[in-house]
Amino acid sequence: MDWWLLFEITLAGLGTGGLYALTGLAFVMIYKATRVVNIAIGDMLMIGAYVFFAFSAGLGLPIWLAIPAALLVSGAFGAVIERTMIRPMLGESPISSFMVTVGLSSVLIGLVELVWTADQQRLPEFLPNTPITVGEAFISPKIFYGFWIAVALIAVVLVLFRFWRGGVALRATASDQAAAYSMGINVPRVFSLSWVAAAMIACVAGIVVGSIGGLSSAMGVFGLSVLVVVIFGGLDSVLGALVGGLIVGVMEALAGFYLGGEFKILATFSLLVLILLVRPYGLFGTHEIERL
Amino acid sequence: MRIGSAKQSYAADAALFDSATQWRWVALLGASLVVFPFVASQYWLYMACLVAINIASATGLNILTGYTGLVSLGQAAFMGLGAYTVGVLQLRYGTPFLLNLLAGGFVAMLAGIVVGLPSLRVKGLYLAIATIAAGVIAHFLFSHFTALTGGTAGLTVPPASLFGIQLDTDFRLYWVIVPIAGLMLLGAANLFRTRIGRAFIAIRDRDISAEVLGIPLLPYKLLSFAISSFYAGVAGGLFAYFFRAITPESFPLLMSIFFLAAVIVGGMGTILGSVLGAVFMTLVPEVLKIVVGWLPLGGNATLILSPVRTIVFGLMIVLFLIFEPHGLAEVWRRIRRLFHLWPFRT
Repeated sequence: MDWWLLFEITLAGLGTGGLYALTGLAFVMIYKATRVVNIAIGDMLMIGAYVFFAFSAGLGLPIWLAIPAALLVSGAFGAVIERTMIRPMLGESPISSFMVTVGLSSVLIGLVELVWTADQQRLPEFLPNTPITVGEAFISPKIFYGFWIAVALIAVVLVLFRFWRGGVALRATASDQAAAYSMGINVPRVFSLSWVAAAMIACVAGIVVGSIGGLSSAMGVFGLSVLVVVIFGGLDSVLGALVGGLIVGVMEALAGFYLGGEFKILATFSLLVLILLVRPYGLFGTHEIERL
Repeated sequence: MRIGSAKQSYAADAALFDSATQWRWVALLGASLVVFPFVASQYWLYMACLVAINIASATGLNILTGYTGLVSLGQAAFMGLGAYTVGVLQLRYGTPFLLNLLAGGFVAMLAGIVVGLPSLRVKGLYLAIATIAAGVIAHFLFSHFTALTGGTAGLTVPPASLFGIQLDTDFRLYWVIVPIAGLMLLGAANLFRTRIGRAFIAIRDRDISAEVLGIPLLPYKLLSFAISSFYAGVAGGLFAYFFRAITPESFPLLMSIFFLAAVIVGGMGTILGSVLGAVFMTLVPEVLKIVVGWLPLGGNATLILSPVRTIVFGLMIVLFLIFEPHGLAEVWRRIRRLFHLWPFRT
C-alpha cells in the first residue's frame, strides 16, 4: 500500500468534492426557498460554463471581464427560468415541479447543442499551471485552484446567508413562507433571488468544471452526482451538501482509481441506495412528519 | 348528443365500454388496425410497431406513476432487463417466443420488486432518484456482465419464430406486437375495475388514509412496482425482437424520461392517456423531421434536427405541465364533451 498515492487520490477527490459541495449548495438553496427539486442543476452549470466560453473565447473578452459577464447572464437566465417555468407551478405537487426541471434540463441540453454543437470545446487557460506538491503527493493545479475557488465561494455564500438582508430573507422564507410574508418579506422575490443566486453559483462551478475537464453537452452528468450528494446530505441541509460533496468526491476518486473509471458512478449510486435504506432523509435532512 | 344512461346493474355501470356506439368505434378501430399493415408503407409499419411497444411500456409506467403515485425514472432499466432476458434466452437456448417474453417480464418484475422495497420508507422525489440508481446499476450490469450480455457490444437477437413462421419483417412482427400491446392495455384497463387497482388509486390519493382504510401499503406498493415492471419487461422483450440488437446504450436515462414524459403528456392516471401520450411522443420527432426538412436550411437540416428534437421534447414536458397538466386525455375528453353537448353548447 502506497500511502502517498492514497493521499494524492484523496486530495484529488477532495478537489472534485469541493465542486460537488458548491453545486450542491446551489441545489439546496433552491430547494430550501422554493421546495423544487432541481434535477437541471447540472445543466444550469453547463449553461454557465458555455456562457463564459462565449464571452472569453467567442468575444475574446479578458478573463476578469468575462467572468462577471457570465455571472450576470447566468443570473438573468436563472430569473427567466424561475419566472416562466417555476412560478406557474407554485402550489402544484412537488412531482410536477420536479418534472418541469426534467423538461428544463432537456431544453438546456438542446440549446447548447444548437448553439455550440455537441462537440467538445476547450476553455481558455486561466488558472496557474505550475504543479503543486504536498510532500510526495502531486495535485493537478486546476483541481487545486478549483477546490479553493469552491471553498472561497462557499464561504462567501455562507457569510451572505448569515448577515446579508437577502440571505436572512431567504432563510426566513425557507423556514416558514407565510410567517416570512407577514413580516414584510417579499416572498416571490426571494423565490427569484434563490434561482438567480443558484444559477450564479452553478455558473462558477461550471467554469471551474469546464476548465478542468473541457466543455461538452454531456456536462450535465455532473448533476447526477450532485443529486446523490444532496440526497446523501439531506435535501434541505447546507451542511449536508458540504459534507456530502466531499465524501462523494473522495469516494468517487478512490473507486475510480482502485476499481476503474466506470465504477465511479456505480459507487456513487450504490452509496445513494445505501443511504436511502439506512437514513432516507439523508445525514442532516429534516425528517418530515406527515399529518392527515 | 347523448341523453341519459339507463343502466340496470352495477356490472353495466362498471363496464369498460358502456354504449353500443362505443363498441362500434372500438370495432372500427380494431378493423382499421387489421387493415393497416396491408395498406401502410414500410416506414409506417415500422412506426406502428414502435408506437405499440411504447404504448405497452407507457401503460406500465402509468400504472405505477399515474395510478399509484410512485414516480419512477427506472422504466428503461426494467425494459433493458426484459430485453436482455429475451435476448439471452433466444440466443442461447432458442426457447419459444412467448415463453421468452414472459420470462423477460418476470425478470423485470423481480427487479421491480427489489427496487420498490425502499418505497415504504422513501417517498416522492427521493423514490424517483432511487430509481435513477436502479438505471445506473442496470447499465453497469449490462456492460460488465460480459459472459451473459456481451458487454458493450451487446447482443444480436435472432428473429423469433411463432408457429413455424419467422418473425423477421416488420409486417410479421406487427401481427405479434400490436395484439400483445392491445392485450396489455386491456389488462391495465381491467385492473382498475378490481380491488387491487382501486387500492392503487387510494394509495396515490393519500397513502396514510389508504392504510387507515385497511390497505396494507407495502404489499400493494410492491405489487404496483411488480405489475409496472412486468409491463416494462414484456415491452423490452418486444423491443429486443423488433430491433434485434441490444446494447447497454439502448436503455439510457433519457428513455425513462421519455416514458415519464409520455405519461405526463398523455395524462396521468388514465389508460387513454398512456396510449395518446405514447403515440404523440413517438410521432412528434418524426413530424419534426418533416418540418425541419421543409425549412430552407440546406445541408444544416440534419445537423439542427437532433438539438431541436431535444428542445421540443423538453418544452413539451414543461408546457404540458404548465398549461394542460391533465394531458391529452383531458383534451380528448373536452372534444368528446363538445359532441355530447352539441347543439346545446357550441
